[in-house]
Amino acid sequence: MASEGGSTGYIVHHLTPLSVGEGFWTLHLDTLFISAVLGALFIWFFKSVVEKVTSGVPGSVQNFAEMMIEFVDQQVKDTFHGESKLIAPLGLTIFCWVLLWNTMDLIPVDLLSMVGSMMGIEFLRVVPSTDLNATFALSISVFILIIFYSIKVKGVFGFAKELTCTPFGPWMMPFNLLLKVVEEIAKPISLALRLFGNLYAGELIFILIALLPAYIQPLLSFPWAIFHILIIVLQAFIFMVLTIVYLSMAHEDH
Amino acid sequence: MSINATLIGQMITFTLLVWFTMQYIWPPLIEALEERKKKIAEGLAAAEKGQEDIKLAKKRATEYLKEAKAESANIIALAQKRANEVVEESKDNAKLEGERMINAAKAQIEQEMQQAKENLRKEVSSLALKAAEQILQEEVDKEKHKDLLGKVSKQLG
Repeated sequence: MASEGGSTGYIVHHLTPLSVGEGFWTLHLDTLFISAVLGALFIWFFKSVVEKVTSGVPGSVQNFAEMMIEFVDQQVKDTFHGESKLIAPLGLTIFCWVLLWNTMDLIPVDLLSMVGSMMGIEFLRVVPSTDLNATFALSISVFILIIFYSIKVKGVFGFAKELTCTPFGPWMMPFNLLLKVVEEIAKPISLALRLFGNLYAGELIFILIALLPAYIQPLLSFPWAIFHILIIVLQAFIFMVLTIVYLSMAHEDH
Repeated sequence: MSINATLIGQMITFTLLVWFTMQYIWPPLIEALEERKKKIAEGLAAAEKGQEDIKLAKKRATEYLKEAKAESANIIALAQKRANEVVEESKDNAKLEGERMINAAKAQIEQEMQQAKENLRKEVSSLALKAAEQILQEEVDKEKHKDLLGKVSKQLG
C-alpha cells in the first residue's frame, strides 16, 4: 500500500479525517459517524440485556453485561462516597464507549479505508480516539459536570471560596486563584490528551508496520496488537476512573 | 489536528448516550443485581435454617428412640413378672387340685373298703349259718333263733 505518494503520503492519508465545511465549522464525518455507530452498538447491547433481564440465573450475555456493571459500580463505590444517580451510568458510558473507540484500533489499518475507497470515500480515519475533537468532547463534558457539581454541592459562594482561599488562605488570594484555575483546567486537558496521545501513537505504529514488507508485518503487528489490547482497556479504564475521581472531588466539601 | 465543530457533535452524542444509560440501562440492571443478591442471601439463610431444623429433628428422633427403648424394656419386665405370677398361680392351683383328687380317691377307697367289709361280714355270717345247719342237721328256724343269729353276726362283725 506504500506505492502511491510514498510513505509520507500513505501515513498522511491514513490520518486525515473525512471532513466537510470550513474553519471552525468543519465536521469530521468519519469520527461522528463511527462513534455514533459504536454508541448505538453499546446502547443496543445493553438495551437487549435490559429487555430480558432476570434476577434468576443469568445467561452468558447478561452475565457479561452484569460483569461490566459490577466492575463500574465497584469503582464508583470505592471512590465516590455519596448519592448520585449520574456518576455510575456516566462511568459505564465512558468506559464502554471509549473502549469501543479504542477497539477500532485493532482492525487492520487498511481494511476499512479500502472498503471506504471502494464506496468512493477518499479519507477515512476509523479510530475516533485519534481525533482530538472526540476526546475533548468527552473531557469537556466531564469538565462541565465538575463545575456544575462543585457549584451545586458547595454553592456559588462556597465554590468561589474554594477557588480563592485554598490552599494558602485568604491573604494569597490571586495566587490561590491562579493555582486553582490551572488545576481545574488541567483536568480536561490531561484527560483528553492522554487518551488521544496513546491511541494516536498506537495507530501510527500500526501504520508504520503496514509500510514494511509483507513478510515482516505479522512478526511486528501481532505482538503490538496484543500489547495494544492492554492499552485500549487501560486507557478506557483510566478515563473512567479519573472522571469518577474528579467528580467525587467536586462533591467533597473542604 | 484542529479543534472544530466535530467537538460539539460529539458532545451531543455523548450527552444522549449518558442520558439513555442513566434512564433506561443502569437502573433495571442494578435492580436485577440487587434482587439476585437478596435472593442468594435468602437462599443461604433458608439453607442454614434447614440444617438447623435437621439437627433439631435428629436430636428429637434420638430422644424418641431412647424413650421407646425404655418403654419397651419396661413392658418386657412387666410381662416377665406377670408370666412368673401366672406360673406360680397355676402351680398352686395344680397342687390344690391334686390334693383334692387325692382326698376324693382316699374317701372312695375308704367307702369301698367299708362296702367290702360289710359284704364280707354278710357272706361270713351266712356261711357260718350254713355251717351250723349242717352241724345241727336241721334247719335253723330264722324266726326262732333270731336272737342267737344276731349275737353271732355281731361277734363276727
